Amino acid sequence: MTSEVATGDRANEPGFRADGTWIGAAVSRKEDPRLLTGEARFVDDIHLPRMLHAAFVRSTVASGHITSVDLSRVLEVPGVVAAFTAEDLDLGDITPRLDRPPEEHTETSMPILARDRVRFVGEPVAVVLAEDPYAAEDGIEAADVTYDVTPPVLSEEQALTPGANAVHDEAPGNVLLDVSMFASDGIDDVFAEAPCVVHVRARAGRQNALPLETRGVVAGWDARAQQLLVQTCTQVPHQVRTVLAGSLGMSESTVRVLVPDMGGGFGIKCVVGREEIAVAAAATRAGRPVKWIEDRKDALSASFLAREQRYEARAAFDETGRILGLDVDVLCDMGAYSCYPFTVGIEPLMASSEMPGVYRVPAYRVRGRAIATNKAPTAPYRGVSRPQHVMVMERLVERAARELGLDALEVRRRNLITVFPYTGINNVTYDPGSYLESLNLCERVLADEGWYGTQRSVAEQGRVLGIGYACFNERTGYGSDAFAKRKMQAVPGFDLSEVRMDTSGTVVVTTGTMSHGQSHETTMAQIVADKLGLPVDKVKIQQGDTDRVTYGWGSFGSRSITIGGTAVALAAGNLGGKLLDLGAHLLETRRDNVELADEGVQQRDDHDRRLSYQDIADVAYLRSHLLPKEAEPGLQASASFDGVGDGTFSNAAHGVVVELHRDTGRVEILRYVCVEDCGVAINPQVVDGQARGGIAQGIAGALFEKVTYDENGEPSAASFLDYKVPTACEIPDVAMHHIETPCLFTDNGAKGAGEGGTIGAPAAVLNAVNDALRPAGVELNDTPITPQQVFDALTGALEVAP
Amino acid sequence: MKPPPFTYHRARDVAGAADLVAELGEDAKFLAGGQSLIPMMNFRLARPEHLIDIGGLRELSFVDAGPEALRVGSLTTHRTVETADLGTGFDVVREAMRWIGHLPIRTRGTVGGSLAHADATAEWCLLAVLLDAEIVVAGAGGRRRTIAAGDAFLGFYTTLLADDELIVEVVFGRPAPHAAVTEFAERKGDFAVVSAAVDLDVGSGAVAGGRVALGGVGPAVVRVPEAERVLQAGGRACRDLFEACADAAAQAVDPPADGDAGTEYRRALVRNLVIRACEEAVAR
Repeated sequence: MTSEVATGDRANEPGFRADGTWIGAAVSRKEDPRLLTGEARFVDDIHLPRMLHAAFVRSTVASGHITSVDLSRVLEVPGVVAAFTAEDLDLGDITPRLDRPPEEHTETSMPILARDRVRFVGEPVAVVLAEDPYAAEDGIEAADVTYDVTPPVLSEEQALTPGANAVHDEAPGNVLLDVSMFASDGIDDVFAEAPCVVHVRARAGRQNALPLETRGVVAGWDARAQQLLVQTCTQVPHQVRTVLAGSLGMSESTVRVLVPDMGGGFGIKCVVGREEIAVAAAATRAGRPVKWIEDRKDALSASFLAREQRYEARAAFDETGRILGLDVDVLCDMGAYSCYPFTVGIEPLMASSEMPGVYRVPAYRVRGRAIATNKAPTAPYRGVSRPQHVMVMERLVERAARELGLDALEVRRRNLITVFPYTGINNVTYDPGSYLESLNLCERVLADEGWYGTQRSVAEQGRVLGIGYACFNERTGYGSDAFAKRKMQAVPGFDLSEVRMDTSGTVVVTTGTMSHGQSHETTMAQIVADKLGLPVDKVKIQQGDTDRVTYGWGSFGSRSITIGGTAVALAAGNLGGKLLDLGAHLLETRRDNVELADEGVQQRDDHDRRLSYQDIADVAYLRSHLLPKEAEPGLQASASFDGVGDGTFSNAAHGVVVELHRDTGRVEILRYVCVEDCGVAINPQVVDGQARGGIAQGIAGALFEKVTYDENGEPSAASFLDYKVPTACEIPDVAMHHIETPCLFTDNGAKGAGEGGTIGAPAAVLNAVNDALRPAGVELNDTPITPQQVFDALTGALEVAP
Repeated sequence: MKPPPFTYHRARDVAGAADLVAELGEDAKFLAGGQSLIPMMNFRLARPEHLIDIGGLRELSFVDAGPEALRVGSLTTHRTVETADLGTGFDVVREAMRWIGHLPIRTRGTVGGSLAHADATAEWCLLAVLLDAEIVVAGAGGRRRTIAAGDAFLGFYTTLLADDELIVEVVFGRPAPHAAVTEFAERKGDFAVVSAAVDLDVGSGAVAGGRVALGGVGPAVVRVPEAERVLQAGGRACRDLFEACADAAAQAVDPPADGDAGTEYRRALVRNLVIRACEEAVAR
């Protein structure tokens, strides 16, 4: 679109590429100046006149019936203004729905405040409003709640024990979802006759996505707008509006959800939280705005968690290492409640459908179950099940290689999908990727850096090094067809974008996606700038406002740049068309004789005959009598986009070198190489950041983080003292390499890039640790791997794996 | 995570602080750097009715490094010690600071606060016990006394300090040119799973005695006489001697088991960390 002349003029513009485009340019983030100078505004920065502060009275027992809630002493606490129980607020429940038969799925509801039963320690029972957060906490201490305690269900073993307490009466066996899929004909024979069958049992620890900014909301009635204004840090503003309006019995037009700057979400903010609804309702009742900021203790114990899964997996191989069959049973401990809109199906359905991953699997059977327990509920967390099932798949491949005496990378190469499109046994069609190329490059980088030689030479000094890989893909850009396959009743997928140009020739574009740190203000602006030949600083995006954005599904599942980015590109393209129409009319030339260039419309046959965008906008708004008869005044356009088919698959290979410290059992990561392919990177710097952050969270799952409970269901970690989120000191630098296999259906060839880092890291780290443990004859398949386990493995104190 | 109400008092001098705490009784607490007390108050695990802020008592913030003794004022921050010139005999004190929490904690946390809090892995407690430090405390009515570090730490967060006493300074009276502190924790800045400190008497390549202290193996930091007897017997400063010392230390303790580490793992850490500390100490 942009002419060479424009390139010359803009050569010094930061990030502008020499070939005259913004796509692929490492533009500095537009968000950074305000974030780095304290000018950003997060929920907790919002202060409204007469604003009250909320705190929640939370259940102290994991399982029981509420026998009484007495808030009379709460109201005597200095500074406390009001306190409400479930009965006081009388709100509708949150009921996530799946269109699956009762034998597959049991629907359950989450009340906004616990009414008669409590199902986990930390469940909100009442909300206290006070003049300041200190008084609010004094208030919750004065609440008197009594319980008839019942024995809690705290593990999947307990949940599945016949006669176990039912977490929900609707599901007496505590199984909320039970799907068996893809049972290939004759799969039992495949296993019976296969020359090599390997098993992996693995458990993944419960984790917390831990956005730096905890959840929070400021809500209050705006009398002038006759609207409930809810400022909240959510990845899904329109879904919050829907649930909120439904729960409070209001029409959606009387609710406005506004999202300020966000300090991360990672998935736990793409579900609707009960506290958001309770605070909005309490504010309405109190007639004053109310702020609630989740403290770290509640964030660790009473927020949404993820990832606790148990796998029983086996795979059959022929003598050459080719996969013959895969048979998997995955149990997901979803905690006490199903989340909206994703439901308890989020992890088991993801695992069931995506487990074969990058490999050609001719026969497949999977059973996926969601189990209810008396623990804090779960939500999607970056990668959703893929960090775990990729880990299991990669362990199966490694184990088969050992059994067969083959090189594990060679076994991978023999099974990787290399011809695209490829429709797998799981009914998923994979668009082109670089599965083999990324693995080969990853291996070459580590080999060229000499790590294989180092591993051998330091072994002679008694040091223990291991090298491990992970090879995986990541479905991104799920459209509504792909989501409909999950049978969620609320089906996400499309995105809408509206764009308008003002009289000074600058552009505002809306997106239904919601950046919670992914730099959409920069990358979306690059897309529009590229379409219209504008500098990025003349493009402003609007997101996170249900009054300004017609509708959006927010940001999750690495959908923003693929779906939202394409909608933005199409809308900008439509505006470009309008500019060309008007330009041709005003230049009195043919429509096919004009082009967009250098912030204006010029004649193809005579570049001196041109109108700047400002000139055209001037006519469109201020002198509309000059417009063609059929033209509407103003410069605006819109577009929508939905994902195509099964979405688009990003892929990557990770390679890790670890050293196991003999004296302490510490796992030290000496080298981390990531070769990623997310198609066309709109902004490579942003892509690198996504991968690095994701890898940090993946390493956290592999080596550090685990939410645990005592025998009463009391969470063990109330602070970072006990919940071991790794610090920068534990996370290595990551060497990034890129391969670009463009997506065929997104406007600019981009695939999603949000989750891959997290997905690959646990498998790669585990494989590296187990490579190092090979001489010890021990394998570790449960995460997180602790120093004590490594120490015991190195000193022979661990049982040799079966 | 907000504390319950309390009354704030600002101390003007040491005597006034001690008199005020005596007057207010056991519901009063001194506030120094606040790196342990404030989080405990925010979790409502500590609920003092009165906080006496001693942060303004500049006379308690000093490092006095002489050839024979090192005196550190109780309000001195860990970071100040970490960046101070402590003279040749007390490098171990400066180098131990890097094990304390994270930089923001070290810039606020104080020597006296750490000693008074008496965590079972606290580096200052470990140093004080290892180097036979003396802890000078002030009480009401201008009373002062000195507590030998070896007597100071009684158990879980429990010291010999009376409720109305305030630590004024810690005095290290013996240079320790061949001493080292080392630790193991899962993350940088965590409380140690096990910490080990040794102070060797080294002359012409031989060890003629020494001291061994451990953290994380019981309710409070401890000296390990069994391991020190191995050093006392002396010998060439070599791996064999250090292993014998470390074995004695590992045998002498009965560490607790918790979520992070079992008893036998901790015992193995004791052994390996004592060896590491000895090797670092002798290399000085």
